[in-house]
This record gives sequence, C-alpha cells and structure tokens, in this order.
Amino acid sequence: MKILVCVKQVPDMEGRFNPNAAGTWFDEAGLAFRMNDYDEFAVEEAVRLKERLGGEAEVTVLSVGPDRVIETIRKAMAMGCDRGVHVRDEGAAERDPWQIASMIAGYARSRAYGLVFTGMQSLDRGSAQVGVLVAELLGLSCATTAVGFSCDGGTATVERELEGGAKAVVRLKLPALVTCQLGLNNPRYPTLPNILKAKRRELVILTPDELGIEAPLVATAGFSRHERSGACTVLEGELDGLAARVIDLLDERTAVLRRGGGR
Amino acid sequence: MKKALLVAECRQGRLVADYAELPGFARALGSESSMVLVGYPEELPRFDGRLHFADAREYGEYNPDVHKRLVLRAVEAERPDYVVFMHSSYGWDLAPRVAAAMRAAQVSEVSGIGDGGFVTGCCNGKMRRTVRPLTPCAVLTLRQGAFHAERGGEPRCLPLEAEKAASVQLLRYEPPAGGGIDLSRAEVVVSAGRGVGRQEHIELVRALAEALGGEVGASRPVVDAGWLEHGRQIGSTGQTVAPSLYVACGVSGAIQHVAGMKGSGFVIAINTDRDAPIAEVADLLVAADLEQFLPVLISKLRS
Ligand SMILES: Cc1cc2nc3c(=O)[nH]c(=O)nc-3n(C[C@H](O)[C@H](O)[C@H](O)COP(=O)(O)OP(=O)(O)OC[C@H]3O[C@@H](n4cnc5c(N)ncnc54)[C@H](O)[C@@H]3O)c2cc1C
Ligand SMILES: Nc1ncnc2c1ncn2[C@@H]1O[C@H](COP(=O)(O)O)[C@@H](O)[C@H]1O
Repeated sequence: MKILVCVKQVPDMEGRFNPNAAGTWFDEAGLAFRMNDYDEFAVEEAVRLKERLGGEAEVTVLSVGPDRVIETIRKAMAMGCDRGVHVRDEGAAERDPWQIASMIAGYARSRAYGLVFTGMQSLDRGSAQVGVLVAELLGLSCATTAVGFSCDGGTATVERELEGGAKAVVRLKLPALVTCQLGLNNPRYPTLPNILKAKRRELVILTPDELGIEAPLVATAGFSRHERSGACTVLEGELDGLAARVIDLLDERTAVLRRGGGR
Repeated sequence: MKKALLVAECRQGRLVADYAELPGFARALGSESSMVLVGYPEELPRFDGRLHFADAREYGEYNPDVHKRLVLRAVEAERPDYVVFMHSSYGWDLAPRVAAAMRAAQVSEVSGIGDGGFVTGCCNGKMRRTVRPLTPCAVLTLRQGAFHAERGGEPRCLPLEAEKAASVQLLRYEPPAGGGIDLSRAEVVVSAGRGVGRQEHIELVRALAEALGGEVGASRPVVDAGWLEHGRQIGSTGQTVAPSLYVACGVSGAIQHVAGMKGSGFVIAINTDRDAPIAEVADLLVAADLEQFLPVLISKLRS
C-alpha cells in the first residue's frame, strides 16, 4: 500500500510574534520553526502502518513551504518515511487552506494512495481544514480527530475524539484520509543513524504551478496582537521576592492559606 | 438582508445545547436565519424559523457523506450567504466537506465580527486575524462561547431527504476513559503543563499542590506523555474545574485547556513567556522558570 503523510512546519508558539510589513501575517524574523505537533502523530501513524504491513508498503511525506521546510521533511524521513516531496512555495504561509489543499490533491491525484494522514490542525493558522479538503478533492473517505487507528484489508477503523473525551468508533472504506489528534500514539525520536540515513533518501522538489494551485477563496484583512481583555498582573524579578509577593496575594485574594494550606 | 443557514447537531441521542449560539451569531451579524438539523423529533431546537429536518434514526448521527448531502439540500432551498456551524467535533468535520462541495470560502473558529470580515484567533491565541470571504456564500465555524446563546420559539419543520450511500460508518460510542479522579470539587488545583519539561519535575507540581492543600491537574500533552494519569486532564476533552485557586505551571493557555478552568476563582500562571495566552484568564502571571521558582515558593509556603 502507498501511504502519504502531509506535514506543515510552524513556528514555536513560545516565540514573540510581530505582524509583517503588510499586516497580513507574522514576520518570521527571530522565530524558530519545527514540525506541527499534530503532524508528528500523523507521521508516526503512517510509519507504524508501514511497519505492520511490511514488504510493499511505502510512505511519502509531503510539505508545502519555503526551503526551511526541508528540515521538517528530513525529520519525517528520519522517523521512517521513505521519500520526501517538497512543494517549494515561498508564499505558502499566506495561502489559504483551499490553495494548500489544491496543491496536495494535485500531487496525490494520480498516485493511488491507500491512506493519507494529516494533522487535525496547524498550530499557527489552526483552520482544521486542509486534511478534509484534500479528501473531498480526491473523493477519499475521511474521518477527523483520530485518537485510535487500525487498518485491515479494505477498511480502516478510527476512534474519533469527541467533546468531554468520549469517542465515536467509525469504519472507513479505503482509500481514506485520517486527520490525527494529539495522543494518537507516541511519536518516536529520530535516532542518529536514522537521521544520517534520511539525508540519503529521495527528495523531489515541485512547484505550485505544476500541481495546479487554485486561486484563494479568502483574503486576510488584518493581523494583530490579541489584546488582553483581562487584568493580569505580571510579576518579574528575583525569586525570593517573587515568592513573597505571591504569598501576600494568596493571603489577600484567597482563603487557602487560612484554611490550612501553606504547610 | 443577508441570510444565514445555521447547522445544529445532535450527539448520542441529544440535541447539542451549543446550537443556541448560532442564532446569537446571526443576530450579531444582522442576518435572517433558518436552521438545518439531522436529529430527533423529540429533541428539536427552540428556534423561531424554518428548520430543515432529517431524522437521525434514518440518516445516522455521524454520517458525514450523507449529512453533507442533506446540508447541501437545505442550502439549495435557502440560498444563504452564510452556512454556519459550531467549531465542534461535528462542525470542524462537516464544514470543510460542505465548503468543498460548494467551492465556498471557509473561516474557522470565528470569535468576532468586524472590519468587513470575521475575526479568528491564531498562533495559539497570541494573535488574531480578520478574514474576508471572497465567494458569494461563505462557510463559518464559530468558537464556542464567543456569541450569546439565544433560544425561543417553535421551529417550522420542513422534511429533508438525501441518498443514503456512505463511505463512513459509525460503529459505536465509547465513554471517556476517566480514572476515578474527580477534580470538580477541589478548592485548589495546581496543574502541570508541558513547560514542566521532564517527568521528574512533576514532583515540584505535586509538592506545591500539597503545600496549598490542593489536587494536581494537567494539560493534555502531560497526560499524553504518561507523566500524569488521564483522569487529571483539564479542558474541553478532560475535566471542568472551578476551584477558588488555580495555579497553572508551564501551561500556555490554549483555548481547549482554558475551557476547563475558566470558572476558577483566583488564577496564577507560572510561565517563562510573559505573553503566554494563559494571561487572558490569569490574575497573576509570574514570569519565571518553574524549575527554579517552584522550590523557592514551596519552601516559603512550608515555613
Ligand atoms: C479538539 C482538541 C481538544 C483538546 N483538548 C484539550 C484539553 O482537554 N486539555 C488540554 O490541556 N489541551 C487540550 N488540547 C490541546 C491544546 O490545544 C494544547 O495543545 C495544550 O493545552 C497545550 O498544553 P501545554 O500548555 O501544557 O503545552 P504548551 O502549549 O507547549 O505550553 C507550554 C508552556 O510552558 C511554558 N514554559 C516552557 N518552559 C517553561 C519553564 N521552564 N518554566 C515555566 N514555563 C515554561 C511555555 O512558555 C508555554 O507557555 C486539545 C486540542 C484539540 C485540538
Ligand atoms: N503547508 C502545508 N504542507 C503540508 N501539509 C499541510 C500544510 N498546511 C497544512 N497541512 C496539513 O493539514 C493539516 C491541517 O492544517 P490546517 O488546515 O492549516 O489547520 C496539518 O496538520 C497538516 O497535516
């Protein structure tokens, strides 16, 4: 079986975000990039499936983005993907989900994947659209928010996570696309030998035009820092002083210290 | 006047109560509204308008191919400017299918209206975007709790029908894993987030909880990593807590975590990132490395 996994490279969310000159997305200066959390689960599940199937199974990892995303493709290959596809697109960060999906579908259309894995959402844009749109464009059956996955013969069984932590167990006909939720598995850490091996694996580079990128369906009219509505006091400084102030505030604002906490 | 088609949902035999935020949104938008539901006749929304209705006993609860066809039927009948879902496990699954079929723009997790577009959070809630649809009809999903719930009136039901062939089949539901730990009555909850860094540092969080006479909670990555039991997860897919004191140690404050603790009394966050979104709901953010700060705080509390 041929398996495809789609990964996005996103900034570390602990970084400081500033709007770019156009005011439509963030300026990348000073941000560190890594694989989208959700996509690590997607890569792990694809590789596990390949390992279970043995022999003929093969995993392709695909990412759309500027040259920096090659690092994320290499990481996925070090986790066990056989080959990489880089859709080189300097403008990817500001493409809408429909455009990204059109490129992924453009690549996958003639290649007969039995299973496609994506993350359920990206950490930076977080639209939770790209995976489902790819499935619709390709006519694949699809289930989102997988926290459990198994596959036999012509069907896949997916545990979908619902509100409150309940699950819906669903069966999909193959070919299918599954969007992966946190906790689906335990993504492996690439070992040094595998990192070295990944450097020698095939990496194909394609352009958006070759894949038939579509026109956008939305436009960004503004991008700014989220102004806080609450009134949060921020304390900084030397640790002893900080601890003393926290205790004073606990005393003023809560009853916990009087109730027997603080021992 | 613009028209909105609101998509309500049912799950495990019940109408999902959040549906009431859909008419609240339509009012905020100043649009007319009608509704569509695959549900149960004894669980109808309190909504004053046309309800395109299909029976879930016939069409299934989670049956995306078929629900997509049913919603598209209602779209044909109403010709709306907006098709609106809640951003729920049902909505984020179905909305892009409907959008793709219509080649319509979709804006996900809308939390406001303004500047000729829809406001939505990004970058883990640190930033916000205003997005404008470029297609005549747009599909939207709404952030839970962002718009006022509105209930009232009797729906006028119009039957919906569609072909039943499906590539996805719902087999069964499973209850939450749980673990027998009920944090909902705790007066103090001290929770560990991914910022604790290593399993060993959970002991610091435990020690602080003990010093404050409280319980230990966790964010999702911490239970996923197996550092704490699943039953201690707080958030939209875990427990909801409302202690008089909540201390978040190394928790960024993602919307799904905040959903489970925003009813807390006094909230203290300990975080190296002073811009962490947890500041939105915290009274106090101690900008410090928890590995260094917690031992100091604990020893002061004990003395
Ligand atoms: C459908 C869905 C449901 C979800 N349900 C839940 C849920 O129920 N509960 C839940 O928690 N999440 C849930 N999530 C996941 C959620 O979106 C976040 O990914 C998660 O809450 C992040 O956990 P965190 O804050 O511990 O980690 P991170 O977001 O990685 O944050 C770590 C924080 O620690 C800080 N930090 C790092 N090092 C230190 C240090 N040394 N000292 C102090 N601070 C430090 C960082 O600045 C950062 O703010 C759900 C997601 C989805 C899509
Ligand atoms: N630029 C991209 N390249 C490859 N895959 C992507 C890209 N953007 C999004 N995806 C995939 O689609 C999922 C959902 O993304 P989103 O719709 O942006 O929330 C991600 O988890 C990825 O698996």
